[in-house]
Amino acid sequence: MITRERVLEVLDKCLRYSQADQAEVVVLGGDTYLTRYATNYIHQNTAESNAHVYVRTVFGKKVGLATTNALDDESLRATVRLSEDTARVQPDLADFVSLPGPEPGDEDDLVAAGPAYAERTASFTADERAEAVGRITALSRREGFEAAGAFQTGVFMVGVANSLGVRRYAETTRASLTAIVMGPTGSGYADDLSVDAGAIDPERVAEVAVKKCRDSQDPVAVEPGEYEVVLEPAAVADMVTFLGYLGLGALAFQEGRSFASGNIGKPVTGEQFTLWDDGTDPAGLPFPFDFEGVRRRKVMLIEDGVVKNVVYDSYTAGREEGKTSTGHALPPDLRYGPLPLNMFVKTGDATLEEMIASTKRGLLVTRFHYTNPLHPVLTLITGMTRDGTFLIENGKVKGPVKNMRFTQGILPAFAAIEAVSKEARLCDMFGLGAVSAPAMKISSFTFTGQTQF
Amino acid sequence: MRFEHDRWRELSSRALDYLRRKVDYADIRFVSRRGERVKVKNGTVEGVTTSSETGFGVRVLRDGAWGFASSSTPTLEEVLAVADRAVAIAKASGMVGGHGAELSPVEPVEDAWKSPYKEDPFEVKLEDKLEVLLEAEKLVRKGGGPSVRVAEAGTEARREEKSFASTEGSYIEQEITECGAGIAAYAVGTGDMQRRTYPNGDRQLSGCYGWEAVKEAKLADNAERVGREAAQLLEAEPCPSGVTDVILDSTQMVLQIHESCGHPTELDRVFGTEAGYAGTSFLTPDKLGKLRYGSEEVTLVADATVPHGLGTFKYDDEGVPGQRTVLVDKGLFVNYQTSRETAARLGQKSNGTMRADGWNRPPIIRMTNINLEPGDWTLDEMIKDTKDGVLMAVNRSWSIDDRRLNFQFGTEIGWEIKDGSLGRMVKNPNYTGITPEFWASCDAVGDKRHWKLWGTPNCGKGEPPQTAHVGHGSAPARFRRVRVGVGR
Repeated sequence: MITRERVLEVLDKCLRYSQADQAEVVVLGGDTYLTRYATNYIHQNTAESNAHVYVRTVFGKKVGLATTNALDDESLRATVRLSEDTARVQPDLADFVSLPGPEPGDEDDLVAAGPAYAERTASFTADERAEAVGRITALSRREGFEAAGAFQTGVFMVGVANSLGVRRYAETTRASLTAIVMGPTGSGYADDLSVDAGAIDPERVAEVAVKKCRDSQDPVAVEPGEYEVVLEPAAVADMVTFLGYLGLGALAFQEGRSFASGNIGKPVTGEQFTLWDDGTDPAGLPFPFDFEGVRRRKVMLIEDGVVKNVVYDSYTAGREEGKTSTGHALPPDLRYGPLPLNMFVKTGDATLEEMIASTKRGLLVTRFHYTNPLHPVLTLITGMTRDGTFLIENGKVKGPVKNMRFTQGILPAFAAIEAVSKEARLCDMFGLGAVSAPAMKISSFTFTGQTQF
Repeated sequence: MRFEHDRWRELSSRALDYLRRKVDYADIRFVSRRGERVKVKNGTVEGVTTSSETGFGVRVLRDGAWGFASSSTPTLEEVLAVADRAVAIAKASGMVGGHGAELSPVEPVEDAWKSPYKEDPFEVKLEDKLEVLLEAEKLVRKGGGPSVRVAEAGTEARREEKSFASTEGSYIEQEITECGAGIAAYAVGTGDMQRRTYPNGDRQLSGCYGWEAVKEAKLADNAERVGREAAQLLEAEPCPSGVTDVILDSTQMVLQIHESCGHPTELDRVFGTEAGYAGTSFLTPDKLGKLRYGSEEVTLVADATVPHGLGTFKYDDEGVPGQRTVLVDKGLFVNYQTSRETAARLGQKSNGTMRADGWNRPPIIRMTNINLEPGDWTLDEMIKDTKDGVLMAVNRSWSIDDRRLNFQFGTEIGWEIKDGSLGRMVKNPNYTGITPEFWASCDAVGDKRHWKLWGTPNCGKGEPPQTAHVGHGSAPARFRRVRVGVGR
C-alpha cells in the first residue's frame, strides 16, 4: 500500500523536476479487494495494489499530460519530461486560463483520515468477506436458490499538488456488497454501500434478495404500454445517474449537448423533483476535494423542478464569465468534463406501501438493467427491468411479471412524480460516486417491449 | 524491452518455484502497457495523453478454489508477498467452496509472438499526428457549417507486452500493437443534437496495426461528408415507427453480433459466474447442438487467428493457443467460447478465449473476433430486393436484457428504402427484437467484398471491471419484419 508520506514525496519530486510554466501532479493510489461469488460459491477472489501518477504541464496555453504507475525517480523524471514534450509541440488550447490556485484553509487538509475513511474497511480481510458471502449463500441454499454477487472493499489515497501552491492529500475507504438470488423462474436483488465495511449488513442483503426472489417466481407476461410505476431507489438512482452524466456537467452544457443548455432558470421537471450534489455530506461518499485539488462545493442542480446550475472544473469555469470551479474535476485522463458524483434527490413524505396502495394498475420495479441513452438532449433512455418486477392492481401487489423494456425520457418521468418516499438509499454511480435516491411513484412510464423471463 | 522480459522470466520462475509446494496450480503474468491518445476539437488540441503501466498478477488454484493477487511493484520481495496473498485468498475462497475447479489439459509451450505492423505508431512524430487530425477536423467543420458545434478528430495507439508462466511449464511472451483514428461531428439544433462519426463511432482502435491504419482510414476524404450529414440529420424526419425490413450496415452489425452472439456464447456467463453483474445467457448447455439460433444464412465464428483483429493473438492468458471456433453453423448453435475450467465441465478442451485486462485482473472469457461469415449478396442487390425498409448505419446506442434475448439498438443515421431504392435520410433510427427470432429473420448477408473486420475496444465485463479489445467482422445483412422507431 502506498503511504501518505510516499504520495507527498512523489508530488513534491515531480513538481521539482518540472520546467513548465505551470505543473500539476495527481497521485491516485489504492488497495482493493473483491470477492465474487455465483451459484452459491466463491469463484473469483482478487487483491490489487496500485498507484498512478498524472503529470499535467502547461506552457502558456499548451497543455500536456503523461501518466505512469512506476514511481522510481527515473520513471518520474521521464514522465514529467514526456508531459512537457507533448505540451510544447501543441497548438494553443485557446480557452485554457490556468490551473487552479490554492484556497484559504488548504493547509489543514493534509490529513490521512476524514469522514470518508473507516479503519474497519482498511483492515477487512479475505476471510471476513468470505464469511459475509457465506451467510448469503447459506440462506439462498436453504431456500433452494442460487446467489451471485460481489463483496468489494478498498482504501484509496489521493494527492494533488500544483506549482501555484495547491498541495492536498486525503484517504477514503469504500465497501460494497451486492446479491442477486436466482430461483427457477425469477430473481431478487439487494445491495449495501458504505465507507465502513463494518456497517455492511449481509443478513439484511440476503433476506431482501431472497424474499424478492421468492416473490418473483412464476411471473406472467403483461403487455407493453403506459403504466403507473413505483420505482424503488435503485431504479431512481439509475435514472439520476444518467441525468447527471448526460446533462449536468459544464462541458455538455457549454457545447449544447445538454438538456440544461439554454434552460437555466426554467422548469424541466415537476415541482416534486429537487436534486443537488454535495461531495462533503457524510450521508454520501464524501471526499474533501476534486482531482484538481479544488474543495468540493454543494451545488443545487434542479430545485423544485427548475434547473439551477451545472458543475464546473477549472477549465470549463474559465470558459464562462464569472464562473469558478465547483470542485467537480474528474481524474486528468478522463475527457468527459466535470460531473456530479455525489448526488442527492430530495426525499418526500410517503412510504413505499402508501405508493403501492395509491396505484390502481401499475408496475413495481426493483431496478433497471443495461440502461443506455438514445437521445441525450431529450434525456431519452432505454433499458430493462431486472430482479423483481411486480404488477400492482387496486392498491395491492398482485404478483410478479416478466421483465419489460422501457424507453422513456428521464425529465418527462420526473415531471410526472406523484409521490416520493421518506427514506433514501445510497446507490453506486459508475463505481466513481454515489446517488442518494428515494423511491418514487410516477403516473406515466413507457414500456416498449417484453422479454421471455 | 529485452532486459525487462529477462527480469520477468526470472521473477516468474522464482514465484512458481515458491508456489509449487503450496498450491495445485499457479500462473504469473507480467504486463507492460504503453498508450497514447491524441484528440483535437474545434481547431485546438483538446489533449495529448501518454501513459505507461507495468505490474504482475499471480493466480493460484488450491483445493479447487481460486485466489488472485497483483501488484505494480515488480521486485522479488513483492512477488513472493503477492504469491502468499494469492494463496491466503484461495484459502478464503475455499470457505464458500463450490464444485471444485478443475482444468482441462493444455500442452506446455515456450514461445514468443508479436502482432505485425508496418509503421510503429510510437515512432510517428506528434506534430505529424496533429497535422493529420487538425486537417480532418477542419474539414468536418467546413462540411457541417455553423450547426456543428463540436468537431473532433482523434487517434489512439496501444502496445501491450506480456509474459505468461505456469507451474505446468509454459513460458510465453507476446507483444500486441494496436492503432486507429476517427472523426466526429456534433450538430446542435433546438432541442436536438445529432452525431455523425467516421469510420465507426467512438471505436477508434481499429485493430492490430501500426500508423498505416490511420493513413488507410483517409479521415480527410470523409470529413466534409461527416460534418454535412450531422447537420442534415437535424432537419431529417424521425425514423418511422412500425414493422419493416431492416438492412444493417456492418458498422451496426458489430454491436448486433457483440451483444446477441458474442456475450451469450461465453461459457462462464452460461455457468452463472457473471450473474451478479451483467447477467447470464439463454444459450444453456441443453440447447447445444439443438437450438436453431438463426436462419441458414447465419454462420458465426470466434476467430483469434484472423489477421489484424483486436481479438487476435497467438495464446490466451491461460497459455492456450488462439483458435477458430464455429459458434453458429448455418443457423444451428454448436459451440461456446471456453476456458480451461469451463471447458472441463463440458468434457472439452479450452478453445482459448481467456484474457485479462492488464496485470491487475484475473483472466475471464472474452470474445476474440466474433464474425458473421460472408454471404453472396451485394448491398445494391439487397436494397433492390427490398420493397419497404430502413438501412441503418453506425451504432449509437445499445441495450439488451440479462439473458441476452430482448435487445434495442439505435444508430447514428438511416435511410428509408422504398420499392428497391434508397430514399430520404431519417434520424434517431432504432430497432428492437428477440435474439433467436431476429437472427431467424436474416435472409441476406453481404459478400466478401462488403465484409469488414471492425474493432470494439470497449467491451465491459466482470468485477472488478475489465475492458477488453475485441473484433467483429461482418458484411451488411438484411432482417425481415423488424420493429423500428421505438419510443417515438
